[in-house]
Amino acid sequence: MADIRLIEIKEDILSDNKNLADEIRDMLRVHNVFMLNLMASPGGGKTSLIVNTIRRMKDTCRIGVIEGDIDSMVDAEKVVQEGIPAVQLKTGGFCHLDATMIKMALDEMDLKNLDLVIIENIGNLVCPAEFDTGAHKNAMILSVPEGDDKPLKYPLIFSVCDILVVNKIDYLGVADFDMSAMKKRVIPLNPGITIIEASCKTGEGIEKWTRWLADEMNTYQRAVT
Amino acid sequence: MHELSVTESILSIVLKHAQTHKAEKVLAINLKIGELSELVGDCIQQYFDYLSKGTIAEGAIIDVETSPIIFQCKECAHTFEVSFKDSKDFACPRCKGIKSSLISGREFYIKDITIS
Repeated sequence: MADIRLIEIKEDILSDNKNLADEIRDMLRVHNVFMLNLMASPGGGKTSLIVNTIRRMKDTCRIGVIEGDIDSMVDAEKVVQEGIPAVQLKTGGFCHLDATMIKMALDEMDLKNLDLVIIENIGNLVCPAEFDTGAHKNAMILSVPEGDDKPLKYPLIFSVCDILVVNKIDYLGVADFDMSAMKKRVIPLNPGITIIEASCKTGEGIEKWTRWLADEMNTYQRAVT
Repeated sequence: MHELSVTESILSIVLKHAQTHKAEKVLAINLKIGELSELVGDCIQQYFDYLSKGTIAEGAIIDVETSPIIFQCKECAHTFEVSFKDSKDFACPRCKGIKSSLISGREFYIKDITIS
């Protein structure tokens, strides 16, 4: 009878994805390209924030976008209309993006002529939080109509992001949203997180967002040279 | 929801180690998954049963040990467990401080496998 043996492994379940994500960061380092992963619920404002970012930053920064949010060309077209290259991933209804998919998209992009790549992740507050895309920073949007209890329901995504943009603040008068209570729920999960209140519609707070992004890019580029 | 991707990774890692140890069969797999991940253990077993067909891991029983979400308050050093379904906020129950660090709940690894 064969021996029965217990073998200790203690290996991270997503170690392959993490290794590829690290390789992606090495590849981006060669071309000095900063990559941001943007996550939110469907309708939270990812595409709007990307379009706002492009309009304010494209004169000083060469931007490319990876569109992962569902298999239609709707979002990619909005980006292309702004004169920016976009790669639409064919994810076939998948619930998150991972390093393998991002690598495929980056292989289609002219990295030596880009400074910033923004990933528009799948509209979902659950799965994208688990998977390292190879980005340098993670950003998420929570929109006011979604409610201030989302950090209680989806703690993981709030814990992995470097910045939280609270979008649609033009709804604060109408929606039942307690900003202070929401922040008190997020800070214990992620004490270092930056929180910005904004409206892609009115433009309020967007300058704080682009300033944060430009600062992060500068820090990254200074580390290379 | 993303249990399928996760299960594919688990199978790949398990087969790699089983091969290294010249296993004929994988009988059991122990996972440690923190509650912050919200993965459903039954879904993982179902996907695993499907994906492992024809491999030496076919039929392996998956056991998931969940680790609770525990914070340590940075202001008074008190440690406290949190249940997201029951909590209205994550302030320290002792000093009401909101600066904490997570000391348990984010684990996501394969502990060990039983082979023959």
